[in-house]
Amino acid sequence: MNRFGTLPRRLFHTVIALFGITLVTFFLLRLIPGDPALAILGSSYTHQRAVAIDNFLGLNRPIWTQYGLYMGRLFHGNMGFSFFYDEPATTVILQHVAPTVFLIVYAGVLAALISFPIGFISGLRRGGAVDQTGRIFFTLSFAMPPFWLGIIFILLFSVHIHAFPISGFGAGFIGHLYYLFLPALTIALGFSTVLVRSLRTATISALQAEFVDTARMKGIPWRQVLWRHVFRIAILAVVAVYGVNLAYLVGGTVLVENVFSLPGLGTLLVSSVNDRDYPVVQGITLLFAVIIVCINLLTDMAQAALDPRVGQEIGQ
Amino acid sequence: MSTAWAASPSDLLMRAATKAAGRRRSVTRRRLTLIVGLVLLGLAILAVLLAPVLVSQNPTTIDPLHPLAPPLTPDHLLGTDQYGRDILARILYGGRIDLAIAFGATAVTLVFGTLYGLVSGYVGGRADSVMMRVVDVVFAFPFLVLIIAIVAMLGPSIFNMFIAIWITSWVAYARIMRAQAVVAKKQQYVLAARALGYSRPRVMFRHILPNTASAVIIFSMVDAVGNIILAASLGFLGLGAQPPSPEWGTMIADGQNYILTSWWLVAMPGLAVLYIGISFALIGDGLADLLRAGQP
Repeated sequence: MNRFGTLPRRLFHTVIALFGITLVTFFLLRLIPGDPALAILGSSYTHQRAVAIDNFLGLNRPIWTQYGLYMGRLFHGNMGFSFFYDEPATTVILQHVAPTVFLIVYAGVLAALISFPIGFISGLRRGGAVDQTGRIFFTLSFAMPPFWLGIIFILLFSVHIHAFPISGFGAGFIGHLYYLFLPALTIALGFSTVLVRSLRTATISALQAEFVDTARMKGIPWRQVLWRHVFRIAILAVVAVYGVNLAYLVGGTVLVENVFSLPGLGTLLVSSVNDRDYPVVQGITLLFAVIIVCINLLTDMAQAALDPRVGQEIGQ
Repeated sequence: MSTAWAASPSDLLMRAATKAAGRRRSVTRRRLTLIVGLVLLGLAILAVLLAPVLVSQNPTTIDPLHPLAPPLTPDHLLGTDQYGRDILARILYGGRIDLAIAFGATAVTLVFGTLYGLVSGYVGGRADSVMMRVVDVVFAFPFLVLIIAIVAMLGPSIFNMFIAIWITSWVAYARIMRAQAVVAKKQQYVLAARALGYSRPRVMFRHILPNTASAVIIFSMVDAVGNIILAASLGFLGLGAQPPSPEWGTMIADGQNYILTSWWLVAMPGLAVLYIGISFALIGDGLADLLRAGQP
């Protein structure tokens, strides 16, 4: 059977999801109690602007026409106008994308570096020292609010021993790596809990699989069985976990950016909420959802490419 | 477990035997985990309910004469904040909000998501397809971002935070329950119940649900930790409980400016979140091993 056999169906589901996402973000603005034009304009309210917004959102037309207008504008990359920044919302949002993307990737890599060895060893030596310590440590870091952990890190590493900067994004790639280390570590520790657990479970079940017994009975050296059979299968399971928990990484980023005052989308989102800059809030929500849907599709395809068994299961 | 394993059949048998013995031992230990978790959580609930008896201070009374008193000051066990408010009193009264969210938000999404997933999985076909696409859409949004957006539109308040969590968090339960229902549908006991001519609701609620509920119940404990952290996060960002209401996240946000001189403003409410988080995590772990141990 073709390992990409279910791909068209997955693509179809993705398109439906994207459509649903635009519906949700469209209705977000309609959640505002009272007159949206008034709410969007806030202190910059003038009658002309209010009329302009009514026309822009089509507030005096039927709801499906309004949605049509919204979709038409989206296809042109128009997410509305931010009266707070006095610029198109798209421009404002794009200016804040880089630190967030950098932070998410950085945190994802750090989480892998932390959790792969620990998860694998915990699975291999169940009940061993690494397993027990890891279990306690990661239960703690899971129950900890990420923003609180960030503040504690600032207190320990920035204030007391001056090892890392308190805030800021840094300059150049190395600068980013240095400045974003504490924020990325904060997110990575929370994320590692999930990774370690799933890697541990995957390792244990791979160890009990019959193909491992077969390999051993054939006389293949144990080290080689571990690397070629057990670890490979366990890693595959973790790829899926990465995709599913991407939303967790993004949520952590929103919080941690605010703690470390990084100029990213999370900080922009919260400040836009406080400034009642609704078009920007709507735009960021849409952007995050679209990115997550696309990455999830990529994860599924990567899995199907890596593991022939998956192609038949996806999309069920 | 050594790296040099012998591969003889008797060794494999030994391995299986030790594995089984290990599992039995761990069940006893997990039961302990569950009890410890329940006791910790019970103590917290008691403390929060009995707050007026336990502390004499009012959580919102300002005392300009004693700001930023360190912990273990007489009359202020955990110290005071920048307005001289007693931190212990604020944590206990604030806990009412945070625990209400842990239980209220989790219970509603647990029930709704489970029913949704059960119906979707059992009915199957086109209805299932449509219902699951709705779940996909909600799942596509990062929870925190969607919740912030909903709260932003409705206006920040505790009640709107509940609404935002209700709208977004049921989907995880729906997915878990649907997967269970799809599997259960093909099992003998369900086929037998259907062959007896039982109605759909009867098969779903009297047969499938009791046999498969453990997965969602275990997950709800993890979810409760998530919801407590979420409530504190929204409070921290200024989008949940509004000052002077003593919610834990709001307290942490308030104390952030005094971090250099008065660490207890931030540390104490954070430890409170951690305490509740750990008790739920222990209960979840304990439940998971107990319920799974009951299955073949």
